[in-house]
Amino acid sequence: MAIPSTLITLLLGMVLVLVGLWVGQNVQLLPLDASSNAPVYDSLFQVLFSIGTILFLGIVGLVLFSLVRFRRRPGDLADGVAIEGNLPLEIVWTAIPAIVVLFVGIYSYDIYERMGGMVSLNDHSAMHHSAVVMQASDSSGPTSPGSDTASSEPRVWAGIGSSGNTEGTLPVEVTAMQFAFIFHYPDGDITSGELHVPINQPVELRMKANDVIHAFWVPQFRLKQDVIPGQPTVLSFTATRAGNYPIICAELCGPYHGGMRSTVVVHEQEAFNQWFEKNAPAKPIPATVANVSLNPTA
Amino acid sequence: MTVASPTDFEPQGLQPQGWLKYFSFSLDHKVIGLQYLVTGFIFYFIGGALAGVIRTELASPISDFVSRETYNEVLTLHGTVMIFLWIVPVVNGAFGNYLIPFYVGARDMAFPRLNAVAFWLIPPAGILLIASYFVAGGAAQSGWTAYPPLSLSTPAIGQVIWILSVLLLGGSSIFGGINFIATILKLRRPGLKLMQLPMYCWAMLGTSILVVLSTPVLAGTLILLSFDIIAHTGFFNPALGGNVVVYQHLFWFYSHPAVYIMVLPAFGLVSEILPIHARKPLFGYTTMVYSILAIVVLGLIVWAHHMFTSGTPPWMRLFFTIATSFIAVPTGIKFFNWLATLWGGKLALNSAMLFSCGFIINFVFGGITGVALAQVPFDIHVHDTYFVVAHFHYIVYGGTVFVIFASVYHWYPKFTGRMLNEDLGRLHFLLTFIGFNLCFTPQHWLGLNGMPRRVAEYDPSFTTLNQVSSVGALLMAISTLPFLINVIWSAYAGEIAGDNPWNALTPEWLTASPPPVENWLGEAPLVTHPYDYGIPEGKIDLRVASGADLWFGGKR
Repeated sequence: MAIPSTLITLLLGMVLVLVGLWVGQNVQLLPLDASSNAPVYDSLFQVLFSIGTILFLGIVGLVLFSLVRFRRRPGDLADGVAIEGNLPLEIVWTAIPAIVVLFVGIYSYDIYERMGGMVSLNDHSAMHHSAVVMQASDSSGPTSPGSDTASSEPRVWAGIGSSGNTEGTLPVEVTAMQFAFIFHYPDGDITSGELHVPINQPVELRMKANDVIHAFWVPQFRLKQDVIPGQPTVLSFTATRAGNYPIICAELCGPYHGGMRSTVVVHEQEAFNQWFEKNAPAKPIPATVANVSLNPTA
Repeated sequence: MTVASPTDFEPQGLQPQGWLKYFSFSLDHKVIGLQYLVTGFIFYFIGGALAGVIRTELASPISDFVSRETYNEVLTLHGTVMIFLWIVPVVNGAFGNYLIPFYVGARDMAFPRLNAVAFWLIPPAGILLIASYFVAGGAAQSGWTAYPPLSLSTPAIGQVIWILSVLLLGGSSIFGGINFIATILKLRRPGLKLMQLPMYCWAMLGTSILVVLSTPVLAGTLILLSFDIIAHTGFFNPALGGNVVVYQHLFWFYSHPAVYIMVLPAFGLVSEILPIHARKPLFGYTTMVYSILAIVVLGLIVWAHHMFTSGTPPWMRLFFTIATSFIAVPTGIKFFNWLATLWGGKLALNSAMLFSCGFIINFVFGGITGVALAQVPFDIHVHDTYFVVAHFHYIVYGGTVFVIFASVYHWYPKFTGRMLNEDLGRLHFLLTFIGFNLCFTPQHWLGLNGMPRRVAEYDPSFTTLNQVSSVGALLMAISTLPFLINVIWSAYAGEIAGDNPWNALTPEWLTASPPPVENWLGEAPLVTHPYDYGIPEGKIDLRVASGADLWFGGKR
């Protein structure tokens, strides 16, 4: 007796799912993960990669099988079977993508929330404002540059906010221009062409553009945010792996767009403090900064 | 109904006859369709040459082939030419004009003169666009998206010419859209119901609705942008209090539906081609129609997924993620229906079928990456990278352009009365399929690992994969040679096709090849079941049955 076709289909389906899961787990397409949300991102990627592999291989398999199995033999002039539709079957294959898409949507919403993307769902501008004020009072720096920017802080339009707890967050002002990024540390008044951040400490980039739209992208952080003239944006992250990673402009900004790159240097906490002190202007400010960075943080 | 005999129409006064009519202001929808098709192919080769410049530049990690300014001009022209002068005019204008009057049983489009005007806007617009490369300052350099403030600060003349050209092409598209809506809804042969129309009519109806709703928004936006450039107004200029993100919303309100303007007609064409070469009815006609309408509605409310890293608030990111993901549902229905159309058929493995199946595979791949891109967290990493470049080439090239080739192989016998050479056609398919995948598959990895789009120089560690991609592009360029040889040689020496070489049921095959002016000599045929192929289950086709079949009741 021949093996029933339903059994074969079931087995094929199981193999397909296993292959998809294996591919999602074992085929590494992403660069190094160096921020706290990169592993979160990577788990979303794995899920999407698995589902995508299953669907793609399944459909390619069906097409190839049909092309071979149902090819017209020479001399065969007959028609196929006149099946015009099958409503239950169509309902099933409407439901499958609907459920998959719903699941993926809910899952990616969860991921996005964990990345801090939904932080500013409430009025972010108000939150950001109060955060700045709070931080200014917390770090008790009477000369803290945060306080004067806070009063004139314009609305933050978009980005990924820091998740509520802004204590110990290192603020950095990013200015994008044709064709460079300039990083300014308001605590310490340091201006740099490279972004130096300590490991495991939240960093909040407050970004503005001088001329055209740019985008700040660090592939190893899995983060990107447009830097828009006239509309300040914000991007928060916590680096988790020391090293040098590229900062890439990801929005066409003119002839030298491809050359608009910089580096983010993720230091161990000690090394960062040294860098900070070395570069800070000789003012009493380093003391304040040391206080800030010595705070027990994440 | 009295029908004037065809001889009454023959000497049309000053209208040229013979091959010259293809260079004239002809009102014949078939002539206009072929005008669109040939013009589209000319621009395809220009756009392809521009792509060649891009891939040559990217064969090395430094900017060494053309200057950086030229590179940006080239990528801007490549995008604009391929979208506005190749895909949109060909899948809408060429096949729409040629086929829709046949499908509704009409002798021409509803507004033949408007139709001719719509076509004749295209050559001047195209020449204007290409010519802008030679003006002072060169062509537009701000990408086909022309985001301000970059488009305000790059050389003005090229940018203004770009706007003018896109406005003309948008106008042409709107004229065409109005014409298709009127033709499909008002020019149907009496007795032909909407739900009896071939699927391509539904696709064109949906597409034309999108064209008419969204293209005027693009036109208005570009006019405001031109004011900003010429008259120094401040709509989109942040220095004057303008808002650059508003431009992006307005732009994508057209330009995302533009994706459906490019793929919905392709869906329709595939739905015509598959049943004929599979000798089976189109599976699930009704759900196909409703999924087209669902795509039209959803297509209008997904635009901001192009702006996830831009100035969009979180709720907007969430809404557009969900809306975009849900487009996968009606699209999925269509793909499953096509698979079911193939299943159990008698598939002729000819060029039209192979290109259609190539389309299914490529588009499914592009659709899967598309659903991934719709997820905000995923998109934030890969937005504006080569991952996106790969994704949309899988949709518009692997999807639509494959369908255009399938359609040329399918309808060439009707256009010319001669068959195309199948061996050359299969060679064309093989080269295109391999070249295409070689060119664009590696780009997914490049994007994931840190190569942004629209760059002339990149991290040297990406060199090898970029060279693989460039080899793929070269293969794609080579693949057009068998095609070109085939269409030119077959026009003179191809096998005579006869009226209906595929034994098809749709009305364009129920007339001579090429069809006469006014399409049918007698009354238009009433085709109420355009996909009535196949033998009912349990019955035997007497044309091919052997005695044994009859004896055993077909069960072997």
